[in-house]
Amino acid sequence: MVKTDFGPPKYLDMMSDLCKRNYGKWKYHEVLDTGTLVHVSESGEKLYTVRAATPRLMHIDTVRAFCDLADKYCGGFFRFTSRHSVEFLIEDEANIEPLKAELHAMGYTPGGVGNTISNMLHTQGWIHCHTPAIDASGIVKSVMDEVFEYYKEAKLPARLRLALACCLNMCGAVHCSDVAIVGVHRVPPKVQDDKISKMCEIPNVVAACPTRAIRPEPAKKSVVVNDERCMYCGNCYTMCPAMPIFDPKNDGAAIFVGGKVSDARHPAMFSKLAVPYIPNEPPRWPTLVKTIRLLIDVYAKDAKEGERYGEWINRIGWEKFFQVTGLPFTDKHIDDYIFSVPTFRSTATFKW
Amino acid sequence: MPELRKTPMLDQLLDGPFPSFVKEIKKGAEKNEACNDLLGQLELSYEEKVTHWKHGGIVGVTGYGGGVIGRYSDVPEKFPGLTEFHTMRINQPAGWFYKTDRLRKFLDIWEKRGSGLTNFHGATGDIILLGTHTDQLQPVVDDLAHEGWDLGGSGSDLRTPSACVGPGRCEWACIDTLDIVDTLTRRYQNELHRPMWPYKFKIKISGCANDGVAAKARADFSIIGTWKDNIQINRTEVINYVNGGFDIIGQVVDKCPTKCISYNPVTKSLSIDNSNCVRCHNCINKMPKALRQGKITGATILIGAHAPILQSAFMSWVIVPFMEMKPPYDEVSELLEKIWEWWDENGKMRERVGELIYRLGMRSFLKATGLPAVPQMVLHPRANPFYFWDKEEVNQ
Repeated sequence: MVKTDFGPPKYLDMMSDLCKRNYGKWKYHEVLDTGTLVHVSESGEKLYTVRAATPRLMHIDTVRAFCDLADKYCGGFFRFTSRHSVEFLIEDEANIEPLKAELHAMGYTPGGVGNTISNMLHTQGWIHCHTPAIDASGIVKSVMDEVFEYYKEAKLPARLRLALACCLNMCGAVHCSDVAIVGVHRVPPKVQDDKISKMCEIPNVVAACPTRAIRPEPAKKSVVVNDERCMYCGNCYTMCPAMPIFDPKNDGAAIFVGGKVSDARHPAMFSKLAVPYIPNEPPRWPTLVKTIRLLIDVYAKDAKEGERYGEWINRIGWEKFFQVTGLPFTDKHIDDYIFSVPTFRSTATFKW
Repeated sequence: MPELRKTPMLDQLLDGPFPSFVKEIKKGAEKNEACNDLLGQLELSYEEKVTHWKHGGIVGVTGYGGGVIGRYSDVPEKFPGLTEFHTMRINQPAGWFYKTDRLRKFLDIWEKRGSGLTNFHGATGDIILLGTHTDQLQPVVDDLAHEGWDLGGSGSDLRTPSACVGPGRCEWACIDTLDIVDTLTRRYQNELHRPMWPYKFKIKISGCANDGVAAKARADFSIIGTWKDNIQINRTEVINYVNGGFDIIGQVVDKCPTKCISYNPVTKSLSIDNSNCVRCHNCINKMPKALRQGKITGATILIGAHAPILQSAFMSWVIVPFMEMKPPYDEVSELLEKIWEWWDENGKMRERVGELIYRLGMRSFLKATGLPAVPQMVLHPRANPFYFWDKEEVNQ
């Protein structure tokens, strides 16, 4: 009989003696540079962390190379972060620089600590998903190459979190990131009448539509989409393979800005629409990359020390945001979904 | 072994300072035909600007209802290695800590039985294994079980819970995030492995208000560490920060959202009106050596976050302002189980718990869970007179 339901490996079995000795007894930490942290315990013991961004998609030989480094410099212990970075946990200070040099040599430059861009959170895209509007890894690679200086050097007013979700299912949790890319469609799904009755539960397809754009078409044992009401979310396609929504000529990316999850200073915020559509341009997505660069450069120059992206926009105001970035404000920026009215301005106090 | 696929577009992603995922797939392609075909199919997607993964296809392993996800190429004639290329989710150790000898055995199994491609980690927190054949799924699970690794969640079940690094390496963990996530994961193996709910349910645990795992943005049930008493001030370290040139007025006093911090430049001392502090954590973030959280610690419990579509994105909102978090965490379990029962009973297919509360109202939720209405649950009371009374609340 197969053994089931025994759960993950015990975390304590994966921790060094130093971590276990000081478990829950950490006193403070300091950022030593953009790739290195030190945590100091009540007992005075120190643990150094060297962080490097990974592309998330890794071959086992790369993970084995991390294991080799951890064996050589960290007594066989390391970890990953919630943003796909690798962290080496070092007891002997003398090991920091040699480890960093080896990481850099294998193409994994340390960075992402403190007031930097940390690793970009993202999804599977064309590598492994059946619903993406855009690729994920290729855009992340292109964007991170372009803004790499902000990852390696502390040149930002505060930390900046980038994220990408390749469709509106938003596995990448882009809705609370400083700067986020979301894959979008722009045309309604194509209903494949001949396949629907075999592949899909029609009541579930109808119920999946948030704007009630889908109604049953009993004569054909199919459904009809009211194109006027469709906002191309693809939720029907998730429920029903016979309603493909892909359109290479129209799919592309939107950019949202100003979200965060930390409650420090200002409570957590949703990201808001900055750019409704940028065409899909593999392999290097030049327009998208240029726009992200612009959004980060303007913030880096204009925000005050300690101000996250959304806090900066809150201070200057959205009307000013569109002015300083030079991005066009369009009818797409004005909400017409469920909770729209509280986002309208009910005051004459605004900036020119 | 046939020669490597020609990928002129993907090759443009080999250069540049950020590590290249194309290089990673090519590492695999040198010894694994499926990885080579993945390069080819991905290049085709780059040319045509569309995915080539087919929708659907349920696969499974003995004893589990989730954890493996079917993945099939829609052009298998061109890329036979991708005819079946399934995903597996493996439950990560809490806090993503690894010991190399354990991990190497894990990697060896995936080399033998799959493509060798991984994600460390997926957005929910699992280790993701990308690409294997249907006939290898059971052997992978068996081999991994032998080394002490179990599947994570998928489908309409409890998704693999995750937590921040917590007391393993952080002074700001007000709660033992790792022990809580480990305990709940072990307690709810049945809920994790056998989908039986209206939709998915996510639990994420952050040790402090910085919310390192984005619990309040991503988890239906968000546990966030906090404290009740006073922030501890180390006066000597405050002076050290100031003498070191730290802008205490600009970065701490002026940034305090409730203006409850004052600084006396003559005595170089900081004082905090704790009764007006909302524990946002900014001052502690900025002066970690001088300021520490209080000693009476526990968690705020929030409910309802999810990212996408139906009712648009929600962030979790407060349902329990403060809960003590002592092992075995029975109070959390009691609440979780009440919530699951109510949601299971009332939720429509594919309705997240936050959407159900939006549809039926907080009053229904509070009645079902027995939680009292408290002002900490809202930013402000309603601005309209359109509320409901229960029959027993009015004179008959």
